[in-house]
Formats: sequence, C-alpha cells, structure tokens
Amino acid sequence: MRWLARLAMRVEMLFRRSRAAGRLDEELGFHLEQQIAENVAAGMSGEEARHAAMRAFGNRAALRDQARETWSWSEVESMVRDVRIAVRTLLRTPGFALTAILVIGLGIGANIALFAVVHSVLLQPLPVRDPDRLVRLYEHSSFGNFPYNQSAAGVFAEWKKQSRSFSDMALAGYAGYNLSGTGSGTGGQLPENVRAGVLSWNMLPTLGIEPALGRNFTAAEDLPSANGTVLLSWGLWKRRFGGNPVVLNETILLNGKPYTIIGVMPEWFGYPEQAMQLWTPLYHEKPASLMEALDDHEFKAIGRLKPGVTQAEAVTELSVITARIRKEHPDLAFVSNGANIRPLLDSIVGDLKTPLYVLLAATGCVLLIACLNVANLLVARTTARRRELAIRTAMGGSRMRLLREHLMESLILSAAGGAVGLVLAWGILAWLVSTRQEMARVTAIHVDWVVGGFTLALIVLSAVFAGLISSFSAKSEQVLGALQESSRSYSAGQSRARLRKLLLVLEVALTVVLLVGAGLLLKSYDRLRSADLGCMTRGVLTMGFDLPKTHYAQPAQRANFFDTLLDRVRHLPGVRAAGLVFPVVPGDGYGGDNGFAIVEHPPLPQGQGVFAIHRWVDPEYFSAIGIPLLRGRTFGDNQRPGHATEIIISKLFARQYFPNEDPIGKHLKTNGSHLYEVVGIVGDTRFEVGEPPRPMMYFALDADDDMDGASLVIRAGGDVTHYAMPVQQIVQQLDRDLPVSDILTMDQVIGRNTADANFDATLLLIFAASSLLLAAVGLFGVLSYVVAQRTGEIGIRMALGARREQVAGLMLGDGLRPALYGLVLGLGASAVVTRLIESMLYQTRALDPAVLVTVSLILLVVAAVACLLPAWRASRVDPMQALRTE
Amino acid sequence: MGKPSDLVQGTLDLLILKTLSTEARHGWAIAKRIQQLSGEVLQVQQGSLYPALHRLEQQGWIKAKWMESETGRQAKFYSLTTAGRSQLEKETASWERLSGAINLIVQEG
Repeated sequence: MRWLARLAMRVEMLFRRSRAAGRLDEELGFHLEQQIAENVAAGMSGEEARHAAMRAFGNRAALRDQARETWSWSEVESMVRDVRIAVRTLLRTPGFALTAILVIGLGIGANIALFAVVHSVLLQPLPVRDPDRLVRLYEHSSFGNFPYNQSAAGVFAEWKKQSRSFSDMALAGYAGYNLSGTGSGTGGQLPENVRAGVLSWNMLPTLGIEPALGRNFTAAEDLPSANGTVLLSWGLWKRRFGGNPVVLNETILLNGKPYTIIGVMPEWFGYPEQAMQLWTPLYHEKPASLMEALDDHEFKAIGRLKPGVTQAEAVTELSVITARIRKEHPDLAFVSNGANIRPLLDSIVGDLKTPLYVLLAATGCVLLIACLNVANLLVARTTARRRELAIRTAMGGSRMRLLREHLMESLILSAAGGAVGLVLAWGILAWLVSTRQEMARVTAIHVDWVVGGFTLALIVLSAVFAGLISSFSAKSEQVLGALQESSRSYSAGQSRARLRKLLLVLEVALTVVLLVGAGLLLKSYDRLRSADLGCMTRGVLTMGFDLPKTHYAQPAQRANFFDTLLDRVRHLPGVRAAGLVFPVVPGDGYGGDNGFAIVEHPPLPQGQGVFAIHRWVDPEYFSAIGIPLLRGRTFGDNQRPGHATEIIISKLFARQYFPNEDPIGKHLKTNGSHLYEVVGIVGDTRFEVGEPPRPMMYFALDADDDMDGASLVIRAGGDVTHYAMPVQQIVQQLDRDLPVSDILTMDQVIGRNTADANFDATLLLIFAASSLLLAAVGLFGVLSYVVAQRTGEIGIRMALGARREQVAGLMLGDGLRPALYGLVLGLGASAVVTRLIESMLYQTRALDPAVLVTVSLILLVVAAVACLLPAWRASRVDPMQALRTE
Repeated sequence: MGKPSDLVQGTLDLLILKTLSTEARHGWAIAKRIQQLSGEVLQVQQGSLYPALHRLEQQGWIKAKWMESETGRQAKFYSLTTAGRSQLEKETASWERLSGAINLIVQEG
C-alpha cells in the first residue's frame, strides 16, 4: 500500500502546500526552542542561550529551502518561480519583450506555414491504399527526346495485356465540357465551362479509393455504347448542387448530352490535375480510333506494382513491350521505343520540390536571423542588468540558478513568439489555400500533430539558441570587476560589444544570401514577364468557348457561327481587329502537334518522321494579335470546310525544314494525308513563356473536322477589358446556352502562366525584406549601445580636440565594419547557395553581377542609414557633460 | 568529528529509521537519540536531518503526526510505516554486509 500512501502524499503536497510550509516553519521553530531550553538548562542566560542556539542552527531560511526541495512537485514549484521572475522581468521592459516576441513570432510563423506545406504536400503519402506501390508509367520517346512522355492509349492497351509486373493499370486524360442543368430536371440552365478528367473505370480501384458518395463507374459504363455517367468533384457538388445528396442518379447535360450523376469524389481528390470539376468514363468519351492509336501521346497511365516487383524490373518489362510494338509498326514514325516509371507522388508534386524547399530554407534563415536578433537584444539586457546580476552573484545566487532564469526568459519569449507564429501561420495557410487552388494537393495542407511538434521544437530551439548565446556573455562575469567597472568606466564592455558584432556579421551575411536569392528570382521573373512572346500583349483581350457537337455537328454550322461572331465583334465601335485561334493563344500551352512530310523533298527513311506544333486560325488572326506576316499572304476566303488547301508556317519552321530554299508554294502532307500548299510565313511565337519558340504550322480555322471550340482574340484601343461584356452579349445572342471561359487580357494570360515564378519571387522578397529590417534594427541597436558605452571616451577625445566629423566617422566605421564583413561573408555564401536555385531561374545566371551589385548597394545604404543616427548622436556629445556624468 | 556528511551515503536514513523503530519521536529527539546512542560520536546537523526526514516522509517510509510533546507544546512526531519497517530490515541487512566487508579489508591490513 506504499504507492497509495505516496499518492496521498503527492496530492497533499500539491493542494496543501502552504499549510505544509507553515508546519515546516513550526517544526523548525520547535527544534530551535528545544535547543534554547537545553542551553538554558546548561546555565546560559536567556539571550545568550538564544544566540548560541541560533548559531548552532545555522541559516534557517536555507534549511527550510533544503527541506522543501525534498517535497514532491518541488521541480514544478521552482519552475513556476522561474516563470514568475522571468515574466516580471520582461514586463518591466514591455517594449523589449514585445519586439522580441514579434521578431520570433515572424520567424516561427513563416517556418510553421512552410513546413506545414512541405509536410502535407511533399512528404505525406497520398491518401490511397499502399501508396508506395503506385507508379506513373511513361513512354520513352527518342524521336523527340522525351524520356517522360505521356502514353498512347494503344500502347497502354498492349502494356496492360502483356505485362506481368502490375496488379492493375489505369488510364486518365483531360476533357472540357459545357455543363448545364442543375440536376433538378430542367435543362439549359446556368451553362458553364468546366475542366474535367476522363478516367478508365478501374482508375479508382487501382488507386484504392472510393467516391465519398455514390459509386464508381462500372466496366460496362466505360464503353462507347453505354449511357453517360459522371462523377462530381466535391467542390462542384457543394457549389452548384448545394451539397445535396439527392443529386445522385439525377441527370445533367454535358455538351448537351445527358449524363447520370453516379457519385461525388472526396474533397482532396484531383487527378490528373487539382482543378478538375468532374470525371467521366474514358472509353465512353474518347473516340475508339484515339483509344487504339499507338502514336497519339494523350494520356497519363498509372500502375500498381505487384508485391515483390521492383521498379527497375517493371521498367524493363514495359520497355521490351514498347520496343516490340515499335518494331511491328515501322510505318509509324512517332511510336515510342521505351518506357519509364516514377513514383506517383513524385509525378504529381515533383515540380514543387525545389521551390518549396528553397522557400523553407529561406524561412529557416529568417528564423535564424530573428534568433540572432533576439540573442543580441538579450545580450544588451544582460549588459544593462550587469550590476544587478553581479550583486545577486555576490549574495550567493548560484550560477546555475541565474542561467536557468536566463533561459526561462528566452523560453517565455519564444513561447509567446510561437503563439504569435501559430496565428500568423494559420493566416498564411488560409491565404495560400485560397489563392493557390490549382496547386497540386493544395487541399491536403493542414496543421496536424507533426506540425505541432515542429512548432514546439522550433520554440525550444530558438529559446536555447537565443538564451545560450546571450548567457555565454553573462557567464564570463567577473563579479568584482563588474561591480567596480559599473561604478566608473570609460571603455567598458568591449568584449560584449565584440560578441554582439559577431552576431551582427552572421545576421548580415544571412540577409545578404536571402537578398541575393530574392534578387535572382525577381530578375528571372522579370525576364520571364518581358520574354518576347512574338505577338502583342498590350490591349489584347482573349476568351474561350467550346462548341457542343450536339448543336454544331456540321462543319458548316460551326463556320457560320464563327463568321457571324467575328462580323459582329468587328463592328463593335472601338474594336480594331478580331480573330479566332484553336486550341490556345500564344503563351498558354503546347496545344498539340502533327507529323508531316514535305512533298517536294525525298521521303525520309521508314520509321522516321518530323512534326510541328499545330494551330487553326482565321485569316485575320495574325493581324489581330500582332504576329507579323513575313512573306506571302494569309488564308484566302475560300478555305471552307472540306476544301482547305492552304497552310502557313512559322519562321523557325521555314528555317528548319526549308533551309536554303523558298517554302512558298511547296506542299505539306499531314498525318491525315491531306495536302496543303504553303502560302505564307509568319513570325515565331512562344507556346510557353519560359520556353524557346518551336516550329509551328497554321491551318485554316475551318479545315479541321474535329475542332470543338476556339479562343476569340480582340484588339482595341483604351481599356480592352471594357469589351468583355459587349462581346459576351453577342455570344449570348448567337447561342444563349454557350458559356464563355477564361476572359483574360494577354497580360493576364502571361501572368497566369508565370504565377509560380511570381509567387516564389514575391515570397522570397518578403522574407529578404524582413531580414533586412531585422539586420538594420540589430545594427542600430548595437551601435547605439556602443556609443552609449563610449560616451566618456568620446568626451575625452573631444576635450583633446577631436572634431565632431571625426567622432561621427569613427562611430560610423565602428558600425559599418560588421556590415561589411557580413556582406563579404554573405556574398561568398551566396556563390554556393544560389547554385541550388539555378533550376528555378530563367535566363539569369546564378551569379548575376547586376543582382550582386544591387544587393551590396542596398545593404550598405540600409546599414549606413541604421548607423547614422547613433553616429550623429555621438558627434553631438557635449564633452563637459560626458565627463561629468560618468 | 563524525558529521553525517562524512558517513556512508544513505547511512543517515538507516539511523533515522532505526531510531524510530521503538517509538514515535520528533526531530529534536531523533537527533538527541542518535547522539546519545553513538556515545556522542555522531552529531546530526539540522541541515541534514530535516531534509532527510521530509524525504523519507515523501517516500512513505515514515509518517508524521502532530502531538503534544513532553514540554506540552505541539510537535511533529515521526513514526515508521509498515513499508518503513521492511525498508529498515533491508537497509540493516545491506549495512551489515557492507560494514562486514569493509571490516574484512581493514583488518587484513
């Protein structure tokens, strides 16, 4: 029953502590009285007996403390006491405490937020069954040097049939729909354009997940002959259908055709991309010819490795199968000859890795700077409290005890900072999730216990780091020296100032690294923004629309729609030109390619082929978007459905495939074995902002049978966005069920495609700016302190005839020296560190001289400004005053 | 001589437990008793005695009760608990083993 007694004792000591303390006093008092009584009995006088007894008894307070220390909870008690002392000390200087808490809060907050993102997006396994066995399958295409090419459905079918390495394989692709109807049976309502994924029926079983509501596609529904079925995304279900489960088994219209809603996917699910709004069965949606093609690399394939099969074995097997297919079809030039595999998670978030880790490293630097700054402030406080500490040491305060108090102070600061940081991080994450909805796995971002643990670790680390550095300076305390020195000194505290300057050098160096990184990303982003797309970007408005096959089955219907639309838009007052392009405007994506052969050239050896990016445009597209016509002419009016015979090529196309000859009048034969005559050469455009131009060929808008939409391009004077509404009204007049999408100026198109670079550069710039501010505050603080310490010395110098400028210069030099050392150190470190972000840079070298010079100048100017005030103050010192006050 | 701090670690606990094995005593009486029984050789300092008493109490070897002392004043009397009694036996045994062993070495020389 001893444990019971001990437990009772613990409870008693917890709740009746003050009573126990009183009892202890009585107990000791009794002992003393007994001693006195004994002394009296031995013949001493009352007073004498008392003194003797007290002498024998020793330090009663110390004895009481020693006895108390044996009580349970005494560790807690002394900690509470430390906390109380620390809080009281901090409250005495609220300005300092608040500054330190905010500084640490900023550092910790940024770190928590970034860590939460890295943890949730990059490190957390996908929420599917056995995520380690899931891989993305790629074709390895040597014809265009694409080691990780998308898969052709025909090749995928062979993989599935022949391979033995996988327990299951599934295929996904993209689609776009005009969605109308709200599930309540009344069609034709609220038309909107949605991006969708197409999934083979076994995609969800392969991943090992199920819809949140309803069921998956059946194999029978994944056939061309089946009735339409659709799975909704969680977001679309909430937004459009009010999150109402009764929509299951209701019918909506996609491109005018009925589809039954059979399920709703979980909120996190977004494949092949995060922004998918709904999913339809792949083989039901795509034409059979495409699903059999061996050279149309349209799809994303995934597989689940059988237990015990390694990735390398699976790659070998798929490669052998692919190579065999290639050999069996020597006539097809664009069949791949190998395969590749990557873990599924890598294929989804691989692109985010470098930027996220770079940002995490940057926030780490910010926290380090914040800690250095707080350490700096704490050192300053230690100095200010030197006399107090010396007196306490002299009174017998143990060094350990003072160190504990010191650490407790910095622990409280960083704990409060951590609380501020958590709030900050919560805000940052909420903002991030709402602004970066297209980012892969963005819905997975959350704060869990791992992030909580990380926060605690950060708090303790910062506390120990800041606390130890500063107590380092307190430890070397010479009690006597401190007491003497603080009574009168002219050049006090040199060593402490040295420690603070060392901290500053480190701070400045880290700041320089951050500034250089931010500068490089900014410059790269600027280059990206100003990269010449090859067309006009000012005053150009674009918008897209899809034409549903149900209403526009005949090419003539489509052509009629386009003609009327263009005619009306061109007659809007203020519109200078308008044109149409399919599938995308410059800078908005690859958009697909076509193989071709030049009729006038000798045929290529069998199995080899050439290809170029394709576009379909109307005759006025080039002038509308400002792509220069270099030679020849644009399409004639006779390029009508079924009778298109003309093709226009880009400058690069001409140079690459018609070197030393005139392409005009030559003939191209495209894959569909149509024959086209080259009638013109236009300037090059970039399909993606950061990518160099590639050969491109333009067909007449009406030439393609299978086109199902276009982007309208409008050039006008003034604010071009004013034309969005009138044009939308024209579209509505032509077809009230036709939604337009992506109404963007060309500048916005570029912005959308460079958002990542912008985001990274902006964040890093924010971090760098905060660090710069912190470093400036640090510089200011240290120099102010040095000036205050050296006031006496300055007084003597001036009394001896030093001029004010000399004094100011002396002080300025004192402050700028650590900044200079830090700058040199930081530039050296940048040379190494910036290599890591080289892959994020566009047309910018990792050691860009302009960036380095700018950063150095900014840093020096800021450092000079931070040092000016203390230096100026030093020069205003009145020598008489200075000598007298000490 | 003979300050308890010079004693082998833990011996004070044994002495206290032993003193309390016959009857309940307060701190002063415990100190006196040890002094008396050791022929005035061992003088237990207050600085060691009270922390030791409180530690033993926290560990449940002894329990305390406020009672009237011989002088008529309230005093804190300590007595052995059941657990304390078996602890005393254990400590006595281990002390005998230890002192016996030390004796063997000392007498050999």
